[in-house]
Amino acid sequence: MSVPVRSELQRVTLTVNGAAQELEVEPRWLLSDVLRHQLGLTGTHVGCEHGVCGCCTILAGGRPARSCLMFALQAEGLEIQTVEGLASADGTLHPLQEAFRRHHGLQCGFCTPGFLMAALPFYRTAEGMSDQELREALAGQLCRCTGYAGILQAVRTASSIARERGQA
Amino acid sequence: MKPAPFAYHRPGSREEVDQLLAQLGSEAKILAGGQSLIPILNMRLASFGHLIDLNHLAGEPAEPAVAGDELVLGPLVRQAAALESALVAEVIPLLSQALRHVAHPAIRSRGTVVGSVVHGDPAAELPAAVALLAGSVRARSRRGTRPILAAELWTGALENTLAEDEWVDELRLPVRKADEGFAFEEFARRSGDYAICGVAARVRAADGELKAAVAYLGMGGLGHVHALPPVAAEEIDGPGLHSALTEAVAELDPGDDLHASARYRRWLALELGLSCVSRAAERALK
Amino acid sequence: MTTKLFGERVERREDGRLLTGAGRFTDDLAHDAAQAAFVRSDFAHARICDIDVSGALDVAGVLGVYTYDDLQGGFAERLPLLIPHRDLKSPRTQYALARNEVCYAGEVVAMVVARDRYIAEDAAQAIRIEYEPLPVVVDLEQAVAVGSPLTHSDAADNVAAHVSEMKGDVDGVLGSAPHVFKWRFRPERSASMPMEGRAVFARYDSGQDTIEVYDSTQAPTGIRAGLAELFELDWDRVHVIAPDVGGGFGVKVMQFYPEEVLVPWASRQLGMPVKWTEDRREHFIGSNQERGQIHDVRVGVDAEGRILTLDVRFLHDTGAYCPYGLIVPIITAAQLPGPYRLANYRYSFWSVFTNTVPVSPYRGAGRPQAVFVMERVIERVAHELGLDSLEVRRRNFIQPDQFPYDVGVSWQDGGPTVYDSGDYPGGFQLLLDSLGLDGARQQQAEARAEGRLVGLGVGCYVEGTGIGPYEGATIAILPDGTVSAATGLSTQGQGHETIFAQIVADELGVPLERISVTTGDTRRIGFGVGTFASRSAVVAGHAMLRAARSLREQTAKLASTTLEVAVEDLVFEAGAVHVRGVPEKSVPLGRLTLVSNPLRYAYGRDARFAAELAQRAYAKADRPLPEGSRPGLSALEYYSPAAGVFGFGMHAALVEVDRRTCNLKILRYVIVHDCGRIINPLIVDGQVLGGLAQGIGGAFYERIHYSPEGQIQNASFMDFLIPYATEIPPVELHHLETPSPRNELGVKGVGEAGTIPVPAVIANGLSDALGVPIDHVPLSPEELFQILHREPA
Repeated sequence: MSVPVRSELQRVTLTVNGAAQELEVEPRWLLSDVLRHQLGLTGTHVGCEHGVCGCCTILAGGRPARSCLMFALQAEGLEIQTVEGLASADGTLHPLQEAFRRHHGLQCGFCTPGFLMAALPFYRTAEGMSDQELREALAGQLCRCTGYAGILQAVRTASSIARERGQA
Repeated sequence: MKPAPFAYHRPGSREEVDQLLAQLGSEAKILAGGQSLIPILNMRLASFGHLIDLNHLAGEPAEPAVAGDELVLGPLVRQAAALESALVAEVIPLLSQALRHVAHPAIRSRGTVVGSVVHGDPAAELPAAVALLAGSVRARSRRGTRPILAAELWTGALENTLAEDEWVDELRLPVRKADEGFAFEEFARRSGDYAICGVAARVRAADGELKAAVAYLGMGGLGHVHALPPVAAEEIDGPGLHSALTEAVAELDPGDDLHASARYRRWLALELGLSCVSRAAERALK
Repeated sequence: MTTKLFGERVERREDGRLLTGAGRFTDDLAHDAAQAAFVRSDFAHARICDIDVSGALDVAGVLGVYTYDDLQGGFAERLPLLIPHRDLKSPRTQYALARNEVCYAGEVVAMVVARDRYIAEDAAQAIRIEYEPLPVVVDLEQAVAVGSPLTHSDAADNVAAHVSEMKGDVDGVLGSAPHVFKWRFRPERSASMPMEGRAVFARYDSGQDTIEVYDSTQAPTGIRAGLAELFELDWDRVHVIAPDVGGGFGVKVMQFYPEEVLVPWASRQLGMPVKWTEDRREHFIGSNQERGQIHDVRVGVDAEGRILTLDVRFLHDTGAYCPYGLIVPIITAAQLPGPYRLANYRYSFWSVFTNTVPVSPYRGAGRPQAVFVMERVIERVAHELGLDSLEVRRRNFIQPDQFPYDVGVSWQDGGPTVYDSGDYPGGFQLLLDSLGLDGARQQQAEARAEGRLVGLGVGCYVEGTGIGPYEGATIAILPDGTVSAATGLSTQGQGHETIFAQIVADELGVPLERISVTTGDTRRIGFGVGTFASRSAVVAGHAMLRAARSLREQTAKLASTTLEVAVEDLVFEAGAVHVRGVPEKSVPLGRLTLVSNPLRYAYGRDARFAAELAQRAYAKADRPLPEGSRPGLSALEYYSPAAGVFGFGMHAALVEVDRRTCNLKILRYVIVHDCGRIINPLIVDGQVLGGLAQGIGGAFYERIHYSPEGQIQNASFMDFLIPYATEIPPVELHHLETPSPRNELGVKGVGEAGTIPVPAVIANGLSDALGVPIDHVPLSPEELFQILHREPA
């Protein structure tokens, strides 16, 4: 086999957690790697690099996406949200994060950011979902520790935490 | 699991894509949603000198639209957009039904309908649905455009009839007629996995008679539609359907693999086919 | 006294950082470190004829390329046999880089270090290895047959060890028993599959001649000691830290995997930090697996289903190497009797090499197999004799007044297997009551009347937990009144930072949020064993208790002088020492730390106080630090249990086979679980429910498929089917708390419990639903189809 050539760095401009970023990346660099190793946003984890485990799930343009199945260059002009952007600047946890803590929705914590980002777009409607609907909404995210019970409970009740806060 | 190097191209228009493909030919691969392609690249099961990323084509519609009696999907209509589209649910309910089984939200948000159709995985939902609908794609190149009937697009698993300089910029699906009913069923080991067996069914009700057709996925072939002999409306659940489907299933050539034997798949094909056709018939008669 | 935290459903201390992306897993560190990639054997068995690395050396950005010939000294020797055993006559461990022969597909042959992982993979791909393929053996029975291909070409056969033990008179009773049955059971191979793979980051400092290693391991202390020996460095010059670890489940308890030696070695070779983060494909072919066994059982019973004797011969697949010795089959053998009285029991196992990924414990560690065999035996006995299998269980349970109960064979620590406490009939009754047996049976009968295939499955187990040799804990009170505790074992999600803090909080009267717990950092405590065998809460928990108690005594002594009251009159509460009955008289713990530490320099507000202490002492011509005392308040204690402690549990499931799809549906799942006194119910529930999900994976979804050529056919998450939330049923969970009399807190381990009986429960339920014996796991829709639709002969 011939020796692969190293490709040139190219510029990509994107928004990550509200901050504009201009980066030089190799075309083949995965968005997951660039978020983690170039921007230091290591909350996005890498578990399989073939799109099945969901540990690397982020929001791209407000929708959940596998950051291991996107090249960083493809994020040109996109708004990316990662787990680091969830809590308030003063450290107050997002209702989803708070719910995960209350209901023991995490153990080792490796899959957790992916679950949080996957649940973020729909958690406000989770209260009204049937058990089966909620499980289906979270299928696509693997957790090896919790057996999902705490996660389901957390996603279901997060909006009630948001309401508690609203009333407080 | 990191991809081998490649040159990245970000064309801004369909014409630029034509141009690039004309230059690069077989060295190049089109990258749309990337949800099937990038895993393969990450595992280095394949590598390409050039990737042509469609995601930044200017002015491409994000939603499907109706033109005449067809639904038109551009190359950047995501599976999620099509699934959430009330228009799609109304005019091509089968597409919505099939999309529900496609992977998971974080995949559908990137994956495109056209991309999945062109990719041509025999275990994927969309090729079977599109085949049953007798949809067509528009292949284009610097040389011009040509329509290809879905059934003539695929030559085998992950193989198609596109020339080296061609790509697909459009999928057209005929909208549902008043007398048509559709259903989609699938069995997979886990929610969102590729199908062990799946079936799409269309039933047309006319003059008290029902004409059913089915297309299978996970059963080896790609793009084959089985038209079943017509039956009287009241006999849709009768032995006629059973024997017609049994014949259709006998034509399938599923292989044995880790998750299922051919014999089991045939069983599933018959069972899923029966209920799927019956549900489609109910809808056709409504 | 502050409200006791032991037993409280306390939210976890570790969650804050893990929820915000601030956790620090090994790959989160050192983004500019050089990165390693490995070339792994494509063949399951081959001779290495030639390795041509020139292509790799040509890749721009490559820093080093290594093969066996580059290794020297201890690095060129076989990796250690971790747990030797007198009967392990032919042990084999692998070289860090393969020497001449590879014995499984995935064995590490060459190492590349490059500027980044992308380049490292480019270079690895450019290395050319010429192999001469050798005969391959994968099948366990074939491996022990005469004339089998050899896993290792220079071995006489494939048997690593043969071990046998007997209690009572098995042959005699088999000869006289009213009924004797013979059956075969086959649990197949699976894998731990944590979401984070393994990872190692090493930084060698040539100026200091020190090495610091971050390792996603369950046992950093052992890695440290082992690396010190290989590098010929003092222990003080080698430190191993297990930072946040993304799940372990056994697979990360090895010492060593080749990469754990090679990454630090390459860091020294190159004089730069080197990191390796295992990818999923590497994990499938390069990280240990477990579960494959074949059991041949003879059982002698009376007409009432009482088991008079059990004779078990089994083959244990140890893969290509046996670095973990015989622990897994020994556990299988010792735990097979479970909660049942067996007066006459014999086991005989052969640990067998095959050309597959090496085997070491995976959550449950030989127990899921044992419970599967025993529970299937119970079901089949009941079936043969026309008895109710629930009643057969009751007739055979060890009774609450029979503890301590001696199983009569050796335990994994070398001592006898003696259960400390339990209430098996009570647990079983609770299970059936929780299930609502009559209702469940009626539901089943109604479903069957409708032609549905519904079955009830039950499984009971005993789990030996909390084994030694020991763990340690060090605790200090800091000047600001916070408490800093550390233990040597590491954490992979078990909530150690919380439960150990609960223990310490109770002893010292300090609020939980003022206590920090560090695990798995040899810079804090170098002695320790590791996180496995459901041992952390028991062993490290008691080390924490002892250290906290010792610290309390020390603190009380100082407070007694400071407050001028007797030690007996002191109360520890809310972070201070109070005089009983005199609310205004108290001293904060942090202040006592300052008192203990007279200073020369007033470098801060608190230090000014301490400097004054020193001056006052000199003014009185006293020593600032009285003879026999030392600055600071801290304690270091160890706990070494004399024997393990035995938890137990019972699961029941109502299952259905869908006639259309032949798929499994779990209609109900009920768990009764007893791990002695519960430190934190939130965490115990999580451990059991998480274990259950892994058990369901093991029962119906997850199986490592090997081709006859020794290639894993499903080395991806597309085909190795870890259940999503959609595949796991809601679970009803009930606890019993039978305290262990063997330790002060009365605790037993819980980490593995939930996983252990699940394959047995599902197989029993499916056997009941389908009316045929199901004697292997994992199952699949394909197999249920084959049972329902047997091909005409």
